[in-house]
Amino acid sequence: MTSQITAITMPKWGLTMTEGKVVGWLKQQGQSFAPGEELLEIETTKITNVFEAPEGGTLRRIVAPAGATLPVGALLAVAAPEAVPEGDIDTFVAGFAAPAPATETEAETEAAPREVEAGGLRLRYVELGEGASVPVLLLHGFGADLNTWMFTQPALADGRRVIALDLPGHGGSTKELRGADAESFAAILGQAADALGVARMHLVGHSMGGGIAISFALRQPERVATLSLIAPASLGPEINGAFIDGFVRAARRREAAEVLGLLVHDPALVSRTMVEDVLRYKRLDGVPEALTRIAEEWFPQGRQRAGLGEAVAGLKIPVQIIWGGEDRIIPVAHAEALAARLPVQIIEQSGHLPHMEKAGEVNRLLKRLIENQA
Amino acid sequence: MALKSIRQALNEALAQEMRRDPRVVVIGEDVAGGAGSQGQRDAYGGVLGVTKGLIGEFGEERVIDTPITESAIMGAAAGAAVTGLRPVAELMFCDFLGVCFDQILNQAAKFRYMFGGKAKTPLVIRTMIGAGRSAAAQHSQSLYHIFTSVPGLKCVVPSNAYDAKGLLIQAIRDDDPVIFCEHKLMYDLRAEVPEEPYTIPFGEANIVRDGDDVTVVALSRMVHYADEAIDALAGDGIECELIDPRTTSPLDEDTILESVERTGRLVVVDEATPRCSMAADIAALVAEKAFAALKAPVKRVTAPHTPVPFAPSLEKLYIPSPERIAEAVREVYGYGR
Repeated sequence: MTSQITAITMPKWGLTMTEGKVVGWLKQQGQSFAPGEELLEIETTKITNVFEAPEGGTLRRIVAPAGATLPVGALLAVAAPEAVPEGDIDTFVAGFAAPAPATETEAETEAAPREVEAGGLRLRYVELGEGASVPVLLLHGFGADLNTWMFTQPALADGRRVIALDLPGHGGSTKELRGADAESFAAILGQAADALGVARMHLVGHSMGGGIAISFALRQPERVATLSLIAPASLGPEINGAFIDGFVRAARRREAAEVLGLLVHDPALVSRTMVEDVLRYKRLDGVPEALTRIAEEWFPQGRQRAGLGEAVAGLKIPVQIIWGGEDRIIPVAHAEALAARLPVQIIEQSGHLPHMEKAGEVNRLLKRLIENQA
Repeated sequence: MALKSIRQALNEALAQEMRRDPRVVVIGEDVAGGAGSQGQRDAYGGVLGVTKGLIGEFGEERVIDTPITESAIMGAAAGAAVTGLRPVAELMFCDFLGVCFDQILNQAAKFRYMFGGKAKTPLVIRTMIGAGRSAAAQHSQSLYHIFTSVPGLKCVVPSNAYDAKGLLIQAIRDDDPVIFCEHKLMYDLRAEVPEEPYTIPFGEANIVRDGDDVTVVALSRMVHYADEAIDALAGDGIECELIDPRTTSPLDEDTILESVERTGRLVVVDEATPRCSMAADIAALVAEKAFAALKAPVKRVTAPHTPVPFAPSLEKLYIPSPERIAEAVREVYGYGR
């Protein structure tokens, strides 16, 4: 019967996660669940997320109670059909050996940040997965970096390369900019893709990264297999100017925490580490200047410069738009205006970061479009 | 990101600022590494190697080895600062402030005020603090509270390599005199430090860990002892919030007060002697501004009011230990329960 018993273990989300804390169980011991159902909430140092069942089953034993902090790979619970006797579950729990944590070299080869040169600029990227299928390129938003894809990147890396880039002026990339407008970023994106040997790609862009993806797809549609836009910029004039100003200005923890709280539906999701990471980035020489320049180019006087909804609707490639229903940065109305002409998915109880706040749901939507075009 | 020691982080900060701004110069005893003696150029880079390599890149004009005369180093640096350079002067041990305090207390600290705001004094004084090496009473003190008490001086007490680099660059770019206190037992302590230059604003405490039961404020090396104590206490179900002020002047009062308003309990850990100290200052701050929130008397864990002993066994007793910190937290936590 042991073969029918499966371990539910602490997942590894993102590059830096080594342990997680069980916030609470959303299923009780003895309940059954379908694939994709939410089992429990896990808090990492960066953000709290729900853990979704990879496959269906019955929750026979909860091993890690709420409040427990455990390393990646540790046993959280046991799933097994009801027919499996309690004694077998006991034996399984007693005999469970968490896989040894990956050594530093293993972890490094798997997902160590690397660098690529594009347009004379040094860009940081992380690549996961391998395979012959068309690769995925992930583009983060204004002031963010490739870590915004911590839940997305591993989920898509099945049989294909998934590359998350830090845009110029962001993350671990050079803080120098070639130009601050969408076309300049799109040109750099094309050069980076060339350097990485990516001719065609599934393009996923969030917020300003969505605006860059739109610009790229309009210029070089033949290189874009599918386009997934998550709360993208460039579809309409409205944007939360106070957020942009506040983000550019915030130099201290209190200010930064307040501003970052606007990004998500539930501000409690924003951890102190997330705030600290943003501050560490913003303290680097050149970053305030880069952010100011980009903000002035993209969002002068608290309005977006570009309105490309019509052009996006006219693209001859598969496009989907994903938006948090409670986005306080760019209004969800921009998506609703295109709903008659493009597939639009509104994610409830999500703010401007649906790919982090509702990672499972967004991952399914991304996979569906990408894999249908395989 | 690369792990770097505090020594490397400070060295990188100095080199990057010297590259960026030709007005930045380094002055002190042995900072060029025994340049005066035969064949010893760049051999040391200061007594603990922080300035190693600078003489080779920037030359004798900008890395100035001095005779053993602190009053001349501080006087020259203060004068250079007020006339347009941005010197980083080294006061090898903070204990030596006894021979050069006039230059700091009555000159550098007063220029801006007494010249009606028309003079700037962009001076950094790097100095070593702390006990633990059996260096005896004249080479082991933690005197940051004396600098903190002087209006016109800023005072920095970093506890890790990331903060050390960002705070030193901030200090060099600051237009006021800044005393930068490096604990002599922490130079090899490593942390992730970005290659690029960056600054950390003064007066912004670091919340090292979160907790709702007791607020622990600790400085410099004591941050690590407190962290160790808090690890042990977590086993007993006591969750502490650990705050590292990073700078004692300016002091981030809000972060301390907000924390105590939530926990109602405060322990301050300070390696310095207890009278007129940072521990006394922070305890007074909380007593004055968060009295209504307090559920227990404030507890201070400090050195005793004596010189630092030479004997290793006594020195060990002199320095606050993780055990003493844990005991203080338990006492404060248990009060009134």
